[in-house]
This record gives sequence, C-alpha cells and structure tokens, in this order.
Amino acid sequence: MLDWLISLWSDPNTRWILLGCTLLGLGSGVIGSFTFLRRESLLGDTLAHAALPGVCIAFMLGEVKSVSLFLIGALLAGIAAVLCVSAISRWTRIKPDAAMGIVLTFFFGIGTVMLTHIQHSGSGSQSGLDKYLFGQAAAMVTGDVYTLMGVSVLLILAAMLLFKEFKLISFDPGFARGIGLPVGLLEHTMLILTTVAVAAGIQAVGVVLVAALLITPAAAARYWTDRLPAMLAFAGLFGAISGASGAAISTLGEGIPTGPVTVLAATLLFAVSLLFAPGRGLAAKALRHRALKADYARTANTGALEAAEGGSRK
Amino acid sequence: MMDFWIILTAVLVASACSILGCFLILRRMALVGDAISHAVLPGIAIAFLMSGTRDSMWMLLGATAFGLLTVFLIQTLQTSGLQSDASIGIVFTALFAVGVLLISLNAQHIDLDLDCVLFGEIAYVPWDTWTLGGADMGPRAVWMLGITLTVILLLMGLFYKQFKICAFDPAMAAACGIPVLLFHYLLMGMVSMTAVSSFESVGAILVVGMLIIPAATAYLLTNRLGVMIGLSVAAGIVSAISGYLISYLLDASIAGCIVSVAGILFILALLLSPSHGLIAKFARRREAQAA
Amino acid sequence: MNKQSEQHPSAAPLKVSGITVAYQKKAVVENVSFTLPEGRLVALIGPNGAGKSTLLKATLGLVPSIAGEVSIYGDTYKKMRSRVGYVPQRESVDWDFPTDALDVVMMGRYGHLGWIKRPGRREKELAMSTLEKVGMADFAQRQISQLSGGQQQRVFLARALVQEADLYFMDEPFAGVDAATEKAIIALLGELKAAGKTVLVVHHDLSTVEEYFDHVLLLNKKLIAAGPTETTFTPELLHETYGGKLAIVSSNGREALVGE
Repeated sequence: MLDWLISLWSDPNTRWILLGCTLLGLGSGVIGSFTFLRRESLLGDTLAHAALPGVCIAFMLGEVKSVSLFLIGALLAGIAAVLCVSAISRWTRIKPDAAMGIVLTFFFGIGTVMLTHIQHSGSGSQSGLDKYLFGQAAAMVTGDVYTLMGVSVLLILAAMLLFKEFKLISFDPGFARGIGLPVGLLEHTMLILTTVAVAAGIQAVGVVLVAALLITPAAAARYWTDRLPAMLAFAGLFGAISGASGAAISTLGEGIPTGPVTVLAATLLFAVSLLFAPGRGLAAKALRHRALKADYARTANTGALEAAEGGSRK
Repeated sequence: MMDFWIILTAVLVASACSILGCFLILRRMALVGDAISHAVLPGIAIAFLMSGTRDSMWMLLGATAFGLLTVFLIQTLQTSGLQSDASIGIVFTALFAVGVLLISLNAQHIDLDLDCVLFGEIAYVPWDTWTLGGADMGPRAVWMLGITLTVILLLMGLFYKQFKICAFDPAMAAACGIPVLLFHYLLMGMVSMTAVSSFESVGAILVVGMLIIPAATAYLLTNRLGVMIGLSVAAGIVSAISGYLISYLLDASIAGCIVSVAGILFILALLLSPSHGLIAKFARRREAQAA
Repeated sequence: MNKQSEQHPSAAPLKVSGITVAYQKKAVVENVSFTLPEGRLVALIGPNGAGKSTLLKATLGLVPSIAGEVSIYGDTYKKMRSRVGYVPQRESVDWDFPTDALDVVMMGRYGHLGWIKRPGRREKELAMSTLEKVGMADFAQRQISQLSGGQQQRVFLARALVQEADLYFMDEPFAGVDAATEKAIIALLGELKAAGKTVLVVHHDLSTVEEYFDHVLLLNKKLIAAGPTETTFTPELLHETYGGKLAIVSSNGREALVGE
C-alpha cells in the first residue's frame, strides 16, 4: 500500500496526472455547485455530447490533436447547443427536458458522422480523438496536464472572485436584476465556465461520465451544510478526492479506466452523504419521521374517539 | 441481402423508439429515457459474464432489470428530496461507470467494443446471426428487436387508454383506480427492452435520439395522440431509410446519419409546421399586429 | 336512501377520522375528523397554506397520511372508488397534451371500462351530452390548450360528471374562471344536489359561500369547525380560522367577508 503511494509520487508522469485530476475534480465540484443550485444539473451532459462536432471541426481545421484547440471547439459547440435548447423550449410547446434530449443527440449524431468520416479518411487513427472521447487520463501528455491544471485553477479563481454574484443569480435572478447586476452577462460567464469544465473533464473521464463531475460532488455536498461557502468547500473536496482516487487506482492495473473509477468514487461519497449526513441525511430524517408518526398516532386515537362521538351526536 | 438486414434493423429500432418516445416526452421523462439507455450497460456486461455468450434472452432480461433499477433509484432519490435532474445525472453516470469498468476489467471475456457502446455498429448486424439447432435463423438483433416491438405493440394495443390517461393526468388516473405505478414501470420496462435490443446496433446515445426526436417532430405537427404516434413512427422510419442511404454516400456512421436525418426532419417541422411551426407563428403574430 | 344514511352515520358519504399529513418534520394537516351529510354542497375553506388541497388528496389516497382513517359510504375508498368523482386543480395537468375536449371527458369513463375495453360509441354519446350540459358542445373537437381557463374548468367538470359518482371532490373549481363558467358551475352543483349527490368543494371566495353552499368545513391545519353554513359560517369562527388575515368589508349595507 505504502509502496504504491510512494510509486505514485515518484513517477513524474503519474504525479502530474494525479495532480491534474485532483485539481479538475476540485474545480468542477465548485462550478457544479452553482449549476446544481440553478437546477441545471444535466446541462453538463448536454454540453459534453454537443462538444463532439466542435472537437471534430477543430481537428479537421488543425489536422493535429491539440487539447487547447479541442477546448475551443467544444466551447463554441456547447454554447451553440445551449442556445438551441433555450430557443426550442421558449418558442415551441416542447418542454425543456425534451429540447435538451433533442439537441444533445442531434449534435452528437452529427459529431458521430464527422468522427467516422475523419477515421475512414485515414488520419483519424493517429488523431487521439477516440482517447479524448472516452477519457483516459493515463494517455495525457505533460502539455495536456498543464492545460487541464490551468483550466481548473481558472475555474476556482473565477468562482472565488464572482462568488457573491453567482450566489445571487443562482438563488434569485429576478432580484439580482432588480439591484442592477448584469444577470445576462453573469449567466453567460457561468455557462462558459461550465463548458470549460466539461471540455476539460471529457479528457479525464469521457463524454458520458463528465456530467457526474459536476453533479455528484455538488449533490453530496448539499447534504452536509446549508451554507453556500461550506457547500462549495465540500463539493470541491469531494471532487478532488474522486479525481485523485480515479487517477491513483487506475495505475494499479492495465485495464482500469480512470473515468469510471473517478465517477464511482464520487458516487460512493454521495451515497454516504445521502444516508448518514447529520440533519439532512436519510437516517436522520427517518428517525425524526418515526418520532413524529408515533406522536400523531397517539393524538389521532383520541381524535378518532372524539369524532365517533361527534358523529353519533348528529 | 446485407443492406436489407441493416435497413430492417434500423426500421425496427425506429418504430419501437418512436412509439415509446411519444409517451416519454408527454410525461416529461425524455431524460429518464436517456438515463435508461446508458444504465443498461452493466446489465449487458453482467449477462455476458454470467452466460458467457451473446445469448439474446439473457441479455434482454438482465439489462431490462437494470433499466427498471435505474428508474427505481431515480425515483427514490427524488422522493428523498433531491432535484429530479440531479437524481437522473447521478444514477445514470454511476451505472454507466459500473458497466464500463466491468467491460474493461473483463475485456478478454466480453466481446463488446467500447466504441460500439457509444456509437453502435449496425453494419455488423447481418454477420451476427442466431443459430437454432444448426439452422441459421437470421441476424440476432432483428430477432431481439422483433420481440421487443411485438411486446410494445401488444401492450400499447391492450392498454392504450391507461397509458394515455397516466400520461395526461396521473392523479385522476389514480383516483379512477388505475394502477399508475404499474403502468409507469411497464412503460419504463419497454423503454429498457428497446434500449437493450438497440444497444449494439445504434449505441447508447443515438437510441435516445430515436426515442425523442421523431416523437418531438410529431408533437409539433398534430393535436391528437393517436396521430402523433403514427407520425412519429413515420418520421422514425423515413430517418432510418434515408439515413442509411446518406451514410453510404458519405462513408460515415450509419447510426449517426440516421439521427442527423431525424434532427433535420425535426428542424423542418419546427420551421414549417402549419399549427406549431415558427414561420406560421410569426406570420400569425404579424397579421395580428397589422390588424 | 337519503334518510336512512342520516340515521346510520356509519354509512355517511364521507367520514374522516383523525387524518394527519406531514411532509418532512411539519404537519400540514393535523388530526382532522369530520362527517359529511348526504345530498349537500359542502365548502372547504381556510387561508392559503391551510392544507385544503392536501386534505382532499389525502382523503383520496393521492398523498400518504401518517395517521387517520377514511370511510366512504361506510366502506374503504378502494371498494367505493366507483362512487367517487374527482376534479383536480386545473394547473395539475399539461394542457399542451395532444387531445381534444371530447377525449378528455371520455377519460372519465376509463375507471368504469375495466382493463381492456376501449371507449366506444356509448361513451362518446355520454361524453357529448355531458359537454352539452356544461355548455361546451361547440368546443368538443377543440385542442385543449386553445380553450380559455373557464372552458378548461368546464371540461374538467364534465369529465367528473361522466363518472356518474355519488360523492364529488372538487379542488378550487372557481379559481380563475369567467362569470359564465361560474354560473354554469353553480347550475351544475344545483343539479347534483337535486339528484341527491354530495359535493365537497375547496373554495376561496368567502363572499359567495353563503349563497352557494349548505355546509362548511373551516380548516387551518386543524379543523376549526364543521356544520351547516348558517351556524358555522360566523365572523367569530372565521376569525379563528383566518387569524388576523381577514377583513370585514361593509358595502351596500350588507356585510361581506374578504379573506387575505
């Protein structure tokens, strides 16, 4: 066990990847808290799938695998997708969830067509595109890790600087507008930050699972506290632990993928929080509910007696 | 003959998905469909490990059970007070992660490519045939999809009125004595079966496209549920056939092309529908302003 | 029939004893018991958040109650379901659903049709004549989102009427409707009463209670009072129900009560 931990740290490449994944988990956890509170948890899923055509176009233009180019492509495609979702749900009778499903799969479908087209044309095999999509942190080179770390630091800094503005637009956008905050601009900023987190996360955990980096740590954190700063701290911590465990455990064997391990670590933290968090956890709730029920069962018995008497009086 | 099997598979996927999709979008459960189609992966992997083969019935049962488990978990989280979209996101990513992990760890036992999990490989369908007593019975996927579609047609045919009222007004349905929960799980069970049997041919994500997009297209074109289902199936089948032809021309993923065509049909309906289309809407608004 | 059930209160249309509903740690309806007399129009009134809708839903088993019992015509709700009609709040359904007015009304027959049988000509005729009764025959083929609020409410009423029940629950049928609909609903309530049916209505407008209803239930989490309108709908008891949120406005020499 100790040997393993030491070996993780002594191998420079592993060390960087471990650090990168930890920071990524931290950053996504923090940004995810805001999307969670804005009830837009599945936005991350839409953004991740919609990124595919953007990444493909970036590859076709650049003809090389470059993480920063992929990020830009994913960012633009993600923003286009979000605009489509809000246009469909605003202008037609289609509900937001279906609009999300339509845009997500349509973008992904087009992306698939592009991807297979690239692969069949020959250059795709060296493109690293498939690695990018499925997320294999071990396949990252040092340059990628730098990008990843830079992005994560950016996310955390932005969340700290704009903390009170983000808090307000997550809680009460109407009021925020009333006191003169540029709500539209802030919402777009948050959207861009989320897209950046997603685009970076795809590389570590893959298209399908990246949504979990945003949602699961934030949802777990909600059980421990009612205060936003503490929730952000918990979410960041849970995200970081998940990212680190994913990167560390996947070094144990050849076939162990980073993404699923990261997500399962986050899910485990969520399950523990759901069950055992003091106050909001299920165990605590069940105890309270049982006490209440016993209480009312007693009063109801006397009530039923009175009712029976009242009924016969009639 | 190869083309025939591929097109038949695509048409079967499209029909099964388009019927169920109508109920999913009317019940605002489009994303639950998304979750189910991903979450059946561990079921498929476990069925593989237990039976050691691609035996269809095992797979269909095992993975359908996982689909229902997904729905149950999402609902449990929701009733415990978590927002619905967060519940969906947590459950399906966790189950999908389990599936990917199982497949990666047992790569030598599971003959399932991860690429295929996402994109499907409908082009391989004709080669993967089902043999019974030494006789070649045709592609396995066609059999699985055929069974699924039969179940859907049978249940929808028998219980159309229940599915309809449960979608429109579940409280009223419950007050009428209709077992709302049973029909909910029946619908979800059918979605799971469809997701499983379409999995290898169109993949986890595009099956969602076939569930939602044709149904949404039909929703923009009519005000009657029966007509909506019919139009949805028509849109699905048109996408399946023309998607196949286009993929041939572009030398690209068949499933991707099918969903792209479905998306284009949706955009056409969005713009041109006489009752709910954007162009008609803006024209009406302008008329009202002029008057 | 009517007389008999008054002699045997156990066979009253609705008897609720000690029902309590709690979400999380707070009780929203607490230990409520009452008995409805047969053939009356009953208003369930109380301030916002008093648990009126919740009480109705708990009675129908649509939300779980943590204590208490409900008996309908002396038996469990499950057995007596076919004698109960329910009109939910208008906002509870998606009016964009692809269906027309006639079809919605026919849904009221689904409970009687059993598992497999589909609605046929008989159901269609019944639904059509009921739509006529609520003055909506001309709108039978209209998509439901294209109806006004009042028209939607009348469609919902028609759907409950085709259930041919003996006991009706209506959740705020007068909320946000036009004058014509209000009149139509009143006429219907009168007809139901004449036919010996019992109707429990969640009601908001205190100024019309005395005119429309024979019997009132005053609820504010707990049942404050229940009884005939003349003796129960009194300023004292209303004050007790609404607390300070009630003003008594005098206009045209006639007192009117305004809630909230």
